[in-house]
Amino acid sequence: MRFVYLDNNATTPLHEDVIASMNEALALYGNASSMHAFGRDAAFKIEEARSAVADVIGAPSGSIVFTSGASEANNTVFNIFRERIDLGSKRNRIITTEIEHPSIIETVAYLRGRGYRIDLCPVDNTGRVRLDVLERLLAEDVALVSVMFGNNEIGTIQPIKEIVEMAHKVGAYVHSDATQAIGKIEVSMKELGLDYLSLSAHKFYGPKGVGALAVAKDAPFTPYIHGGHQESGRRAGTYNTVAIIGMGVAAGIAKRDRKDEEQRLWKMREMLRKGIIERIPNVVINGNQEHCLPGTLDVSFPHAEGESILLYLDLEGIQVSTGSACASGSLEPSYVLLSSGVDIELAHGSIRFSFGRYNTEDDVAYVLEKLPPIIKRLREMSAL
Amino acid sequence: MSNFMAQWVYSPAVKDHFMNPRNTWDEKENFVPDGVGDVGSLACGDQMRVMIQVENDRIKAIRWLTYGCASAIASTSMLSEMAIGLTLEDAYHLSPEMITEALGGLPEHKFHCSVLGDKGLRAAIDDYLEKNGLPNPYRHSVAKIVCECHNITDVQIENLVKTKQATTLEELQEITKYGSTCGKCKADIAGLFDELKHIYNV
Repeated sequence: MRFVYLDNNATTPLHEDVIASMNEALALYGNASSMHAFGRDAAFKIEEARSAVADVIGAPSGSIVFTSGASEANNTVFNIFRERIDLGSKRNRIITTEIEHPSIIETVAYLRGRGYRIDLCPVDNTGRVRLDVLERLLAEDVALVSVMFGNNEIGTIQPIKEIVEMAHKVGAYVHSDATQAIGKIEVSMKELGLDYLSLSAHKFYGPKGVGALAVAKDAPFTPYIHGGHQESGRRAGTYNTVAIIGMGVAAGIAKRDRKDEEQRLWKMREMLRKGIIERIPNVVINGNQEHCLPGTLDVSFPHAEGESILLYLDLEGIQVSTGSACASGSLEPSYVLLSSGVDIELAHGSIRFSFGRYNTEDDVAYVLEKLPPIIKRLREMSAL
Repeated sequence: MSNFMAQWVYSPAVKDHFMNPRNTWDEKENFVPDGVGDVGSLACGDQMRVMIQVENDRIKAIRWLTYGCASAIASTSMLSEMAIGLTLEDAYHLSPEMITEALGGLPEHKFHCSVLGDKGLRAAIDDYLEKNGLPNPYRHSVAKIVCECHNITDVQIENLVKTKQATTLEELQEITKYGSTCGKCKADIAGLFDELKHIYNV
């Protein structure tokens, strides 16, 4: 059976060079915090990885704090400001957006439940942050502005540079969850003036369970996990040597191939978008078609329900994801789509195709062959 | 391939009915229904229409349409097979539990999707009886007491939701006084209320 994996925004396979580096690293058992030769060997490799990860986001090595992934990195950032507020800082308000990853949305809900003041800036109907609203929300009492780089569901890329300028004007720090952007579009902390940036290795052909938080030199920091003095006292826990080494290799590849990948992913995405519009009547393309992650295509098929589309595609070996409630375990469809002005029925009938480095134009042709009859069949069966 | 199928979230029967749904409505057939039931709500992602033909007090034929997920499609398909040949009374008493059992079970969060089919069938039977000016002895026969202290049945709550007399839990509480004595039914009734609001698109 032919498999076409188009769920690269959920996770990516390991690059073969990453596998090779991790296989080799399995034998490197020394604790990187130990002073002896075995420890130093591991520490050397970890520092190599640190500089590769720093390079891919245009940040100095010293800014990188290794974490268990982007969720921990995001939680760490919010915890830094929670503590500052607890200690009586006059800057006691946080601004983020309605379409952040759950690791931020749920952190916001948790903190709000405990009385913290957090504003969610709305987005326009393409998923871009409403800068006019952000302007009104910003004031001298804002401690942190957190806006994701590119959205995991609809792919919309945010105007980070403008947001940083606006936030810095009132003295607020800025964090961006760049998990979906690494290896796909240019990300430079230095150029953008970002104070914090989160990333996760498994979104760019690295291993799961490892990520990083980059912290600019003058930005405040408080450890989220207390214990040993790993990561210069910024994150306790014995180094996950194998995963960190794998992430370093993945970061090197992401930087090396980024430009070519950006073009290749966009080409396949556009082939699929145009092909769907040509072959299937009445479809709606979600998100922003100008500011979009190159490999992400989110489409709504009115009168066809997303989970059914997903499972019929699965039977043909095509793996995608959906914003439908049926797939989420709740009765609510994707909040990202609803916040971006997508009609509730269209959200239930949405499918996300996300391309990666192992996809080819043949994959697009295969999807364009299998998808139209599935939509036709479901529409014939629909009670709408 | 077997490994691939084993990773599926649903049972073989669900897959079979999802891939080959039975008794779906087809424009070319010119199916003339004696009763039609529409249930569901787009907001929750499923909408269903059940059409029946009745002969000698029995379901002679059934057709359906659904906008919904794999469990909604499979459970309606299974229901349609189970209902054919049944007396109206037996058909009226087909329950979601009977359908899910015939399907070999559904994941817990998917049980909701199987509730629509039997409601749709009941609505179609109600419609048939009403159109033909026949008495409807079944409507209250499936009642189950949900609040023991105040002797409140699910049918009572269903009617209050259906007729929009209770559009919020507070209104329902005011009308029925449910849960105001021992209170142990509160969570169940809140769940039932949400389910019914969904089914009747309130």
